[in-house]
Amino acid sequence: MAVNILIVGVGGQGTLLASKIIGGAAIETGCDVKVSEVHGMSQRGGSVVTYVRYSKEDVASPIIERGEADIILAFELLEAYRSISYLKKGGRLIIGTQEIAPMPVITGAAKYPEDILSKLKEAGINACAIDAMALAKKAGSEKAANVVMIGKMAAESEIDKEIWVNVIKQTVKPKFAEMNVNAFLLGYEA
Amino acid sequence: MRKLLLGNEAVARGAYEAGVTVSSAYPGTPSTEISEYIATYDEIYAEWAPNEKVAAEVAFGASLGGARSICAMKHVGLNVAADPLFTASYTGVNGGLVICVADDMGMHSSQNEQDSRHYAKSSKTLMLEPADSADCKNFVKLAYELSEEFDTPVLLRLSTRVSHSRSMTEVSERENIPVKEYKKDIAKYVMMPAMARGRHVFVEKRIENLKKWAEETEINRVIPCDALLGYEESGMSASGGEGLKLAGGKIGVISAGIAYQYAKEALGGKASYLKLGCVYPLPEKKIRDFVNSVDICYVIEELDPVIEDFCKTLGLKVIGKEKFSLLGEYTAEMIAKVVLGKEREVYETAKDVPQRPPVMCAGCPHRGLFYVLKQLKLNVMGDIGCYTLGALPPLSAMDTTLCMGAGIGMAHGMEKASGLLARKTVAVIGDSTFLHSGVTSLMNIVYNKGTSAVIILDNSITGMTGHQDNPATGKTLKGEATYQVNLEKLCEAVGVSRVIVADPFDLEKMREVIKTETEAAEPSVIIARRPCKLLNINYEERYDISAEKCKNCGICMNLGCPAISRPQGKAVIDNGACVGCGLCYRVCKFGAINEISGKKGGN
Ligand code: SF4
Ligand code: SF4
Repeated sequence: MAVNILIVGVGGQGTLLASKIIGGAAIETGCDVKVSEVHGMSQRGGSVVTYVRYSKEDVASPIIERGEADIILAFELLEAYRSISYLKKGGRLIIGTQEIAPMPVITGAAKYPEDILSKLKEAGINACAIDAMALAKKAGSEKAANVVMIGKMAAESEIDKEIWVNVIKQTVKPKFAEMNVNAFLLGYEA
Repeated sequence: MRKLLLGNEAVARGAYEAGVTVSSAYPGTPSTEISEYIATYDEIYAEWAPNEKVAAEVAFGASLGGARSICAMKHVGLNVAADPLFTASYTGVNGGLVICVADDMGMHSSQNEQDSRHYAKSSKTLMLEPADSADCKNFVKLAYELSEEFDTPVLLRLSTRVSHSRSMTEVSERENIPVKEYKKDIAKYVMMPAMARGRHVFVEKRIENLKKWAEETEINRVIPCDALLGYEESGMSASGGEGLKLAGGKIGVISAGIAYQYAKEALGGKASYLKLGCVYPLPEKKIRDFVNSVDICYVIEELDPVIEDFCKTLGLKVIGKEKFSLLGEYTAEMIAKVVLGKEREVYETAKDVPQRPPVMCAGCPHRGLFYVLKQLKLNVMGDIGCYTLGALPPLSAMDTTLCMGAGIGMAHGMEKASGLLARKTVAVIGDSTFLHSGVTSLMNIVYNKGTSAVIILDNSITGMTGHQDNPATGKTLKGEATYQVNLEKLCEAVGVSRVIVADPFDLEKMREVIKTETEAAEPSVIIARRPCKLLNINYEERYDISAEKCKNCGICMNLGCPAISRPQGKAVIDNGACVGCGLCYRVCKFGAINEISGKKGGN
């Protein structure tokens, strides 16, 4: 059975880089990997979903569908809330607590839902929340919030810490390598 | 070596390995990265053309010149390039020619979801369809061999999910393919009636030969099921779908491209598959034999029933669109439901989840212009680019979006429908779109004595597709400096004497200019010039709203800047999201929005 990791967020939050790192780490373990990305219009501040699937056997579809995600990595609170139908029963939801108001909320046509975290708990979802922005800032840049989130997930994964660190170093620009590794470690220990 | 390649990257790799030396394209999601990856190979000359028709003609010319050449476009781009395609099918090629066309099922970033396979059939051009990145690379290489062997352009049909998914792909060395000699041959290359009649005979013969090839080729292959599974053995409920009524029966699936992956995901070894790598022409015998070898056969294809209709004309009993949608993308879930009657248990999505549509970036140069257009209550004939987002609330200042370059022609048509409308209508179009296919419509306005006002949103880039250069940016796809088209002079040259350049953030002036130009009984062009925020534009200031001075009038909220929201009554600026463009500062009538010095910290 494939391991299915869904990454959700808002266009511009770095879901593409996150999927590259997770895919890269899975390859290192000798798995077949498929990653599916979003380019184009939704990159302009819309909801974005990126998929990573890996398995010791061949992976067919690059897409994770409803009820199939073992892990959802949500970079934004509302997007976490939006994504739950994709979570496998008993799957893990890791949430970055950043809140970004979508345009219908900004214009007053809709409300940003309140108490999302407690609603998720009530629904029986195995969720945890982490202030990835704050930890990323500590590492040197809020932009590394995505890598903090990967750290949090990696701590629960079967893939070795060293593999993650190496893949991060290979994936990001050399001058940001150290900062990203620090962000990863902060997430890993959180 | 095996690498995790994006589908588009694998297409580029295939072109590289096949010895391609010329590439021309116009960007369009989901095809854009093909050309961007190709441009990273020094051995390949790669360019952005102003539109897909030009790109196809350049690639065709390169083929005649003896080179293996490629061009790439999105599905609607092939509408633009259809004219050269249909006749290049007659002339055939010299060096191999591959035209990649990426369909956008589900319309992630498009105005329609047309099925490009119809073009293969109507232009009688061979079409291959890969299902993952490894296929992408291999099929491109095969396409060049077929192109030269059968003397035909080859269409490579992609889809959003194939183009934008990564999967493991074996990469190898580049073949050394010498550029062939060019030989004059008017019977082959000059398509006037007498010669074209001869070539049409050739085309029909070629299709017959390709049909024979399609029966033999390994890219049309059968993947047998694991075992004969009845519904009891497969553990499905008795209320199962169609496939299960035949206990012990054999399920067959005919599919191609990404739909094959969904089917495989849903049914695994429970079904046998005929995976078609060639979607035109289809292999009659292979399909017939496959359908006859199973007890029930599904045709699983997104969008139109192309394979299904073919099966039905052969009198074969297959199940297709009566069970599967004509709309959007397929999922393994829906296939499993139809074929196996399997339902999934999922967490319900809450009812109170607001939508998150895409928005113009904070600091987008277009925002000022649309704010003014809304105030002036004009009819805005729109076009295709980031600025199409100006149609959504709160800006809500665009009436139409049809196709690349349409807005200018439509504004002229509005005027011809009613002279009064001309005074209330403008066309808006981006710089790249204007050069793609707007300039001809502007010429039409002048020639036919129209008086429309056209606004060119000159943000100095092709924004929506991810910042590609174009003839007005002064840079080539390879990043070299080049001649920069002067939009003012171009508009003057087609006969527009009223050409005004204005800053879309200078709201007063913009308002005046638009008013004057819509009232003018002459054609005019307003160039709203300010670069895209994402082009390393750094504004020094940051802004903040004083809660004391703010009267809660909501004017700044009408800008639709994603950095401004009103969480508890009064408007606030998110310091992390604000890029300091100052537009909100310009619209606030109460001086409540202030500059705060210094850039935001942390980045
Ligand atoms: S990419 Fe540029 S043009 Fe497009 S919305 Fe953002 S700032 Fe505006
Ligand atoms: S200055 Fe105002 S309009 Fe510009 S990005 Fe900041 S909040 Fe948005």
